[in-house]
Amino acid sequence: MMNYEKILSERVKSIQFSGIRKFFDIAATMENVISLSVGEPDFKTPWAIRRKAILSLEMGHTQYGSNAGIEELRRECCKYLQNIIGVSYDPLTEAVVTVGGSEAIDLAVRALVNTGDEVLVPEPSFVCYSPIVELAGGTAVPIVTKVEDNFKLTPEDLKAVITPKTKALILPFPNNPTGGVMRRDELGEIAKILRGTDIMVISDEIYAELTYGGERHVSIASFEGMRERTIVINGFSKAFAMTGWRLGWVAGPEPVITQILKIHQYAIMCSPITSQYAAITALSSPEVRKDVDYMVSEYDMRRRLCVKSFNDMGLECFNPEGAFYVFPCIKSTGLSSEEFCERLIKAKRVAVVPGTAFGASGEGFVRVSYAYSLKHLTDALKRIEEFLREGSVCASETNSAQILLERKEWS
Amino acid sequence: MDNLRSKILHILRGNARLTDEQIAAMLGVTAGEVSAEIAALEAEGILIGFSAIINEEKYDKNAVTAIVELKVAPQVEKGYNAIANKIAQSREVISVQLMSGDYDLAVTVKGENLRDVAAFVSDHLAVLDGVLSTSTQFILQRFKEKEALFPADDERSLVSP
Repeated sequence: MMNYEKILSERVKSIQFSGIRKFFDIAATMENVISLSVGEPDFKTPWAIRRKAILSLEMGHTQYGSNAGIEELRRECCKYLQNIIGVSYDPLTEAVVTVGGSEAIDLAVRALVNTGDEVLVPEPSFVCYSPIVELAGGTAVPIVTKVEDNFKLTPEDLKAVITPKTKALILPFPNNPTGGVMRRDELGEIAKILRGTDIMVISDEIYAELTYGGERHVSIASFEGMRERTIVINGFSKAFAMTGWRLGWVAGPEPVITQILKIHQYAIMCSPITSQYAAITALSSPEVRKDVDYMVSEYDMRRRLCVKSFNDMGLECFNPEGAFYVFPCIKSTGLSSEEFCERLIKAKRVAVVPGTAFGASGEGFVRVSYAYSLKHLTDALKRIEEFLREGSVCASETNSAQILLERKEWS
Repeated sequence: MDNLRSKILHILRGNARLTDEQIAAMLGVTAGEVSAEIAALEAEGILIGFSAIINEEKYDKNAVTAIVELKVAPQVEKGYNAIANKIAQSREVISVQLMSGDYDLAVTVKGENLRDVAAFVSDHLAVLDGVLSTSTQFILQRFKEKEALFPADDERSLVSP
């Protein structure tokens, strides 16, 4: 008999499956669940992109490509970055096309972290940062972002956790799950702290296109003295509705990208070639640009509707300015995030994700995705409203739903 | 056309069951502004009504819808209006459109079964004064109707990061 407990890597054993997965397992056992829990667009990939992929297959482009990615695609990626964040990168030495933004995060962390290094991770945030840091032998140090700060990273909170061991700061904005963004002035404050240190920034800008409210996304790499200490991560999944194509990229200073390329070369060889050809069209076609703008304007309308609906039903909801999630506070129900989600799915068959899946600081909140049709959204919101009104929310003597309703009447 | 009017129409085309409050929230205006604009659209005869999108063949396996292409002789002074209006009066007729191209009127006819529709075309449409010929095409299956895909599949997993 093999004793796998002894055989398996201690580091791997010590990390946990994500809370999202746990919740998925609960949801999957139930019938007629309507979900508000996906982290991917409801739109299909724009047709021009799909057509380009088909064409590349017809042309027989089915072999390995260069390790760093098709040169034309790297050029388009760098041109695109120049356009949206105003920072220029050399496509030949400063960019690598990766298997989604996820691989790019893994590469960036592995290229930087030595055993014992600390990596600062603002939370709540996407589930992968801390496990990846720990797999690389580093220590993930959470920085709690708060609703009263609009879930932004504040300079004070950043300063408080910097130690001589701090190797890097993950900057996950626009943020999944909160929808928080960092505007120019706020990033300027962060840059002021980091300039003159040896701390690198891993700026995960996968939701850059999905920034609402007039002002466009700003990257910390665009601040004076920051390009040299920033690794920028972006990808095709969210903005171009290409989650299944598994394609992203990483750009940064040449010495870092050289190390990143080494890992990518040994672990991946090259990103899927069909996806790469399709992605060239994603970045260069005016037709696709129109499709992206259309999707963003649809998300924006749903975002406003969700924020208003949650506030109206008595769950205070911060106004998110990015991504496609709202993050309402459920503390007024007296339930924990997990209890709320479990009772909601049992009583009303609506799946939302507990905020705690994105870090302990997500307690008291739930993540609601609005990457759904309006009909789906309004149906689900109605069920949540009923859930609160009917009092299925509480199991014990204290009728928190009643309390909630009374509070609403007072206000 | 990126004004309030075009935005409201865009939303209503996709989903006419939203309340004025919901539409107002989506557009960042007041519910009063939305209801005023909708009232204006109705008064101007632009917004005619609100109807459901139904997969008729799924609801009733025997029900039949056909698109009948009509060639008609336009009348002096009245053009196509008189005959088009006359056809539009029938309960069986769902839509009437004047077309460019090979034929003149596209008439959508709905019946409880094939015989119903065939009888309506031969007994009521073909015999009308001014109708020169008819060509009837039956709808076999719907894939998209008023911007809604049939069936609206969501292949995404229930929960994802």
